[in-house]
Amino acid sequence: MTETFYEVLRRQGITRRSFLKFCSLTATSLGLGSSAAPTIAHALETKPRTPVLWLHGLECTCCSESFIRSAHPLTKDVVLSMLSLDYDDTLMAAAGHQAEAILDEVKKKYKGNYIVAVEGNPPLNEDGMFCIQGGRPFVEKLKETCADAKAIISWGACASYGCVQAAKPNPTRATPVHKVITGKPIINVPGCPPIAEVMTGVVTYMLTFDRIPELDRQGRPKMFYGQRIHDKCYRRGHFDAGQFAEAWDDEGSRKGYCLYKMGCKGPTTYNACSSMRWNGGVSWPVQSGHGCIGCSEEGFWDKGSFYDRVTDIKAFGVEANADTVGKAAAGTVGAAIAAHAAVTALARARQKAGDSATEKQGEN
Amino acid sequence: MLSQQDMLEAERHGKQVRSIYVYEAPVRLWHWINALAMVVLAVSGYFIGLPLPTQPGEASDNFLLGYIRFAHFAAAYIFAIGLLARIYWAFVGNHHARQIFMLPITNKHWWSEVFFELRWYLFLEKYPKKYVGHNPMAQLMMFFFFTILAVGMVITGFALYSEGAGLGTWSDTLFGWVIPALGGSMQVHNLHRLGMWIMMTFAVIHIYAAIREDIMSRQSLISTMISGWRMFKD
Repeated sequence: MTETFYEVLRRQGITRRSFLKFCSLTATSLGLGSSAAPTIAHALETKPRTPVLWLHGLECTCCSESFIRSAHPLTKDVVLSMLSLDYDDTLMAAAGHQAEAILDEVKKKYKGNYIVAVEGNPPLNEDGMFCIQGGRPFVEKLKETCADAKAIISWGACASYGCVQAAKPNPTRATPVHKVITGKPIINVPGCPPIAEVMTGVVTYMLTFDRIPELDRQGRPKMFYGQRIHDKCYRRGHFDAGQFAEAWDDEGSRKGYCLYKMGCKGPTTYNACSSMRWNGGVSWPVQSGHGCIGCSEEGFWDKGSFYDRVTDIKAFGVEANADTVGKAAAGTVGAAIAAHAAVTALARARQKAGDSATEKQGEN
Repeated sequence: MLSQQDMLEAERHGKQVRSIYVYEAPVRLWHWINALAMVVLAVSGYFIGLPLPTQPGEASDNFLLGYIRFAHFAAAYIFAIGLLARIYWAFVGNHHARQIFMLPITNKHWWSEVFFELRWYLFLEKYPKKYVGHNPMAQLMMFFFFTILAVGMVITGFALYSEGAGLGTWSDTLFGWVIPALGGSMQVHNLHRLGMWIMMTFAVIHIYAAIREDIMSRQSLISTMISGWRMFKD
């Protein structure tokens, strides 16, 4: 049986007295009045922790690697105290039929009350044969497991958008989770990988408030993906001032100027890197002198070079950026106009000569 | 129907009266304000995508790209509000004010006029016709390369503007959906820039055609957009 929050708190050395104080304080701060304190206490004493099933499709495990490095809250607190991580191929000790049996058990026991966290995505080509787990396609396992879930978390660019395995031409037809699973609340947490604290933050929010965080149009939690890297970048001042690194290791680059001209995707990327940073706040790409590559954006592998600002648009089998197309069009039209004007002048001169000739004939 | 009406008007009045009042004051004013806004938008937009060389000195002493972006956003508001005002005038103004918003595509005669104009521009017709408003070919071009494109530029432009303005702002509420719909922020930036190039290419054609017709055709064009009166030369 899964532990309740109360049991976990007691195990961590919190007294019943402190626990009840906490309940009264929470009731008061939520404006519910002192009468709600016993209700909260009762809920925490009796409600089992939410089981989480963590599935792995086509992926590289970078999301898991990121997740286990979370500092606030510490991953051990999340995994051991807050949630009940009942299934995770890469972290659990169990293997084989025993491991797979847990999926069915949780599905039955917590019908409609467990969370599925998906890392990676299902490939759909060849009936899903490009990703086999426990002897059957991952896509089947995903659909079955998600059928009775309360909510689904799509970890990383893979589950949210498809990432590198879905990059053109996408031979396995790797497909983001929200295009395979319908009718369930899905939280997209893009990034390659997402920031550790964003991952644990999303899980903590859902467990604490028992609801999914507020999402934007693309199903991403607003609290982490509401702004672009650019909006909170510490080099933004240099952008507005018009001060850029023009080449790697030039004067501007050494002075920490804006990396916009080096193709930084900060202005087109929604993520929390510039405010939360990485590895417990040690650094992040722009701080270490390289532009953002936009890994939390849809299809970022197919959006042109990481090192161009005006990047290539791929259409009609042609790869060219807006400026190349525009200059070619403007040049062609300019030349055509010059030619047209010349022909016009010529035609006019000839016509005038013709007109005056007819006039002369008329006179004769 | 419009062009037929124009034709009759022109042919009827052409020999008797030398001029017809075509473009009302609001249309003329809008045309020139719009032209100016477009120049500012294209130049500032170009330098937002590919900024000028790095500014010397402290960041606190400079605000170059900030000013360029300000100019772009200010001109964008003028362009967008001007477009709305112009759409309003299409309803209350004279029938020439509606020309660039509606194509009489079901009118066979209008299509034959389009092809006549095409032949005229290809030097296959010796003498031009008289038109009170736009000639049908110009109307067709104006509809696709100005009206439709301008609406597209306003939509993508304000969608990009909403990214900086933030979630929940009016631009986000109205146009924020454009970003995911077109495949992400980078894609919208690219398309917006491509739109600028198409618009500028069209502007070049527009100016050339206006000057050429002013010289070659049997009516005034450029002065018409200043005074509102179309003069007939014969």
